[in-house]
Amino acid sequence: MAKTIPERKGPSALGVDAELARRLLHDMLLIRRFEEKAAEAYALGKVGGFLHLYIGEEAVAVGATSVLRADDYAISAYRDHGHCLAKGADPRRVMAELFGRRDGLSKGKGGSMHLFDRSVNFLGGHAIVGAHLPLAAGAAFAIKYEARDAVVVCYFGDGAVPQGEFHESLNLAALWKLPVIYLCENNRYAMGTSTDRALAQTEIWKFGQTYGIPSEKVDGMDVLAIREVVGRAVARTRRDKTPSLIEADTYRFRGHSMRDPAGAVYRTKEEVEREKQRDPIVMLRERALKAGILTEADVRAIEKDVNDRIDEAVAFADASPEPPDEELFTDIYKED
Amino acid sequence: MAVMTYREALNLALREEMRRDPRVFVMGEEVGLYEGAYKVTQGLLKEFGPARVVDTPIAESGFTGLGIGAAMLGLRPVVEMMTFNFALLALDQIVNSAAKMCYMSGGQYNVPLVIRGPGGPAAQLAAQHSQSMETYFYHVPGLKVVRPTTPMDAKGLLKSAIRDDNPVIFIEAETLYPVKGEVPEDPDFVIPLGQAIVRREGTDVTVIAYMGMMYRSMEAADELAKEGISVELVDPRTLRPMDVDTIIGSVRKTHRVVVVEAGAGFAGMGSEISAFVTEHAFDDLDAPVERVTGANAPMPYARNLEKLKTPSKDKIAAAIRRVCNANGS
Ligand SMILES: Cc1ncc(C[n+]2csc(CCOP(=O)(O)OP(=O)(O)O)c2C)c(N)n1
Ligand SMILES: [Mg+2]
Repeated sequence: MAKTIPERKGPSALGVDAELARRLLHDMLLIRRFEEKAAEAYALGKVGGFLHLYIGEEAVAVGATSVLRADDYAISAYRDHGHCLAKGADPRRVMAELFGRRDGLSKGKGGSMHLFDRSVNFLGGHAIVGAHLPLAAGAAFAIKYEARDAVVVCYFGDGAVPQGEFHESLNLAALWKLPVIYLCENNRYAMGTSTDRALAQTEIWKFGQTYGIPSEKVDGMDVLAIREVVGRAVARTRRDKTPSLIEADTYRFRGHSMRDPAGAVYRTKEEVEREKQRDPIVMLRERALKAGILTEADVRAIEKDVNDRIDEAVAFADASPEPPDEELFTDIYKED
Repeated sequence: MAVMTYREALNLALREEMRRDPRVFVMGEEVGLYEGAYKVTQGLLKEFGPARVVDTPIAESGFTGLGIGAAMLGLRPVVEMMTFNFALLALDQIVNSAAKMCYMSGGQYNVPLVIRGPGGPAAQLAAQHSQSMETYFYHVPGLKVVRPTTPMDAKGLLKSAIRDDNPVIFIEAETLYPVKGEVPEDPDFVIPLGQAIVRREGTDVTVIAYMGMMYRSMEAADELAKEGISVELVDPRTLRPMDVDTIIGSVRKTHRVVVVEAGAGFAGMGSEISAFVTEHAFDDLDAPVERVTGANAPMPYARNLEKLKTPSKDKIAAAIRRVCNANGS
């Protein structure tokens, strides 16, 4: 079932128009610049705790979200800035959340690992590895229960695959035919543990076959390939109410978190440099330019727009006050 | 009022709430076709069908997490733990997902979920199937924890739990399922969470207990009445949030306190109650608070040892006598 996308050349062969190319490039760049600023803010002590950057993996969230409807849902682990922003969250409120400020998505009470945005159906960032996979099945269960035709996309890392909840979720989703797309971002490492040191079966997409779930592997650095593969899965899941499993072959350019700045002990510099040649943003930009879909001026305009929005986000977060002391005790329970 | 068993009261509460609200559904191992390992869900599959009475495979963490996700989207799942011992496999989902979702999301997502099933000491089921489980849950901000002692409470509190917008841990008892009592048939009858009840009025000593320990304390109180000791029995019913006012009110009246619990005493319910009684009503106390707790040992299988593990009526009565004879003032 694994498909390789044949190499195609030429403007029409790219299969996207200028508008879409612009949007994909814009959304990936927005995540990239957002995180570069977040890293700066971390160094300045404005962001604390764990900060996990998605840099290098932007094509997965942007490609997948581009084939979703607004009423579809997404849920993710703790490396969640990209998924949340791609789903449509306001970068200003995301940055304010990272800064621990009142105007953050969760009033500063969640932080980087727990971004939630109900207004765009983003069901959260969850920081216990594997634990959000059953939640995704539950959201899909609710959709089916109410006979709606939305779907859920659940992003998770290769590190969640050896967890029991991965297998429990796949089994339940297949058994009950739940409209959920499990989208594994296989960046080859769970912290410092490479997949071959953690998994008896490193071809993660193959686990889907055991459960009778249509499964594919995709180049996670190629945003157009992701659109195609996730698009196919979303259409099938929506139509047939069956889950899908997709393994995106991707790579994180930075360390596991800001506390692992270089990611140097468990992988070689050469490997990192080699993978950076697959930078999803550079790849799309070059292909779009070469195909004549976008011009250099278009790219500059996108970059300017993104930079402005990120500057605004930082200014907004800086200006937002800390949450008032009373917030310590609000939202523990929903009051009726 | 009708006389029914604790089990029937729970069943009626489930039926009424499922009739009332189509978002309520029941999920768990053997809840449908098998009609419940303890028959609490008897007849539900027939009345509501398989979409709302969902048999799950054995995957506590998976189906509990699934219930939480469904609740985030507005359904109101009632997840049955075949017994609460197995809830430990779902402890991460309960503590890290259900309890904290509302807080982490700044109030954007809440989890209207009930997790119910039997827990506590049962007859000769040994260490893994016979233990008090509430301690694992009432420590956690974001959870509510209920232990219903009577059939009436079982119905009224389960209905409130299902209507609550937050995750509620509802721990029944296998040993109480056949107990009979009066239960209002009115489908609008509910008992609010967080309200203790004075089960027996008295003047000399306040005994705080719930579930099987309440029935045992009742027997001890009957016996002591003959000796001229008047026992007031308070049942917290909801352990979190705890109705501190009712308990303190009783302490101010009797000035003496005994807490009885089936679980091992270390860091148990008795520790918490004696701490807040001391904080709120130290000057009212005429004697130190006494705790009568389960032994600090796993539950043994042998009948004689099992008897030693859980507080007996005699042990409870002895503690009450000690407290009443103490002269601290
Ligand atoms: C259950 C659990 N165990 C351990 C951790 C600590 N931890 C945080 S991230 C991580 C690695 C996860 O890797 P992966 O799922 O591949 O995601 P990635 O960081 O590569 O995006 C670990 C072990 C955790 N958060 N949860
Ligand atoms: Mg990984």
